[in-house]
Amino acid sequence: MLEALSITFGYAKGDKPLYEDYSLEVAPGERVALVAPSGRGKTTLCRLLAGYERPWSGEVLCDGSPLPSSGTCPVQLIGQHPELAVDPRLRMEKTLAEAGDVSDELLAALGIRQEWMRRYPHELSGGELQRFCIARAVTCRPHYLIADEVSTMLDALTQAQIWHFLLNWQAESGAGLVLVSHSPALVERVATRKVLIG
Amino acid sequence: MVEIQNTPPHADAEFHHHHAHATTSRHEHGHHLLQVSHLSVGFRMYDIDAPFLSAEQRTVNVIDDLSISVHEGEIVAVVGASGSGKTLLADCIMGLFEPNAEVRGEIWFDGEPMDAMDLAAARGHGISLVPQGVSHLNPLMRVGRQVDGFGYSRAEQTERTARRDKLFSRYGLAPEVAQLYPHELSGGMARRVLLCTALMDDPKLIIADEPTPGLDLDLAVAALDDFRSFADEGGGVLLITHDIELALRVADRVAVFKDGTVVEETAVANFASPDLLEHPFSRALWHALPEHGFSANDQDHPIPIQSTAFEQGGSSDGGDATC
Repeated sequence: MLEALSITFGYAKGDKPLYEDYSLEVAPGERVALVAPSGRGKTTLCRLLAGYERPWSGEVLCDGSPLPSSGTCPVQLIGQHPELAVDPRLRMEKTLAEAGDVSDELLAALGIRQEWMRRYPHELSGGELQRFCIARAVTCRPHYLIADEVSTMLDALTQAQIWHFLLNWQAESGAGLVLVSHSPALVERVATRKVLIG
Repeated sequence: MVEIQNTPPHADAEFHHHHAHATTSRHEHGHHLLQVSHLSVGFRMYDIDAPFLSAEQRTVNVIDDLSISVHEGEIVAVVGASGSGKTLLADCIMGLFEPNAEVRGEIWFDGEPMDAMDLAAARGHGISLVPQGVSHLNPLMRVGRQVDGFGYSRAEQTERTARRDKLFSRYGLAPEVAQLYPHELSGGMARRVLLCTALMDDPKLIIADEPTPGLDLDLAVAALDDFRSFADEGGGVLLITHDIELALRVADRVAVFKDGTVVEETAVANFASPDLLEHPFSRALWHALPEHGFSANDQDHPIPIQSTAFEQGGSSDGGDATC
């Protein structure tokens, strides 16, 4: 169970916090969609759940224990901007190696071509980079995967491919999935549960 | 290349000039507002597989025999895979060529054949760009000053400030907005400021390169209403986007882009059913929409696939700059 227990969080200390005493539970095997208009803190919640931000009060527990402060986090976040999630000075093979050994089957399933491995991030398109980010996150064997607008920058066909991959992976691994998307049709198609924020 | 025809508005989905028309498509003065014919763009680059010092130069084609047209009064959406060269098309229309680019083909703007110098001259004087976001503005300068523009005489400058005030009030921006810095604008204000920047020079054609990233569908449609009113007054809009749902909501016609060329130019009405679409890739896109089949099967390339436009080491712009 991935749990946010009555968390309070905001960016500026003086302002009203974005989340006050907020709780959320995600069970393994679930696909929870976070639904809210732009600017209501969907991405912030994703960052809190993945340990990128620490709540002012309350805590985030993964399978009963707090998120580790070092080592591989059992909650992995895939973001909206893959070009910001990779080191621009590393070739893609090095970026993938951050997660350890990535199996060839995984690369094939995501449609990552061998010739892309020697390239730098600026030599790949957003859709191609996002595949690398997904491969890297999945190789960490996360118990929970957070997909924050992972397909917003992609055309419909690539979006369908990436989501088919993620759904297959989730079915096999039994992990929990939290997703954010601005497309109601995609949420209907993918999510098992919707959570309205704000 | 440009067919002279003084036709009244077309019936919806009427097919001629090699593309289907929408009801709003008009041939004012007997020509397309923008016509791109058989455009090819290649980049000269060194062979990446060869040893460093003996690498030969070769040309990698990124856009291949592309044709597209924009009529007065319509929004044409260019949709397609990321990395298929959509942004490069916008660069070509604005005459922004990389030094190692080889460009062939014809571009007609408002009935005139254009060469590279003409295109550069038309940039900002007839053809304007609405960029993605405020990151295209100078972060250290108040937006009013940037919308006004530079290099004008004092009298012209005063005139432009007055014009900016008019545009701001028309698009619901308070006069104080001119005194703000780009980072102080909300998403909606930023959108309008960028549109005003484009409209300052009274363009006939607006090129909007992914103007709505990250906005939810309703906000994005609201954003594009401003483009709609521009088109309704006789302008043309080339809307570059990967978001086909959005394109179908606001555009009159859709050009489906794949591997550096337009495989189909069709009226939005034809997206009602896959049977009305000509090209297998358009049908694959239709079927991949979440509200339809959500199918990941591209008939030409069973999964896993990716567009092949950049397979040889990327061009100088590395694919869609937007991603």
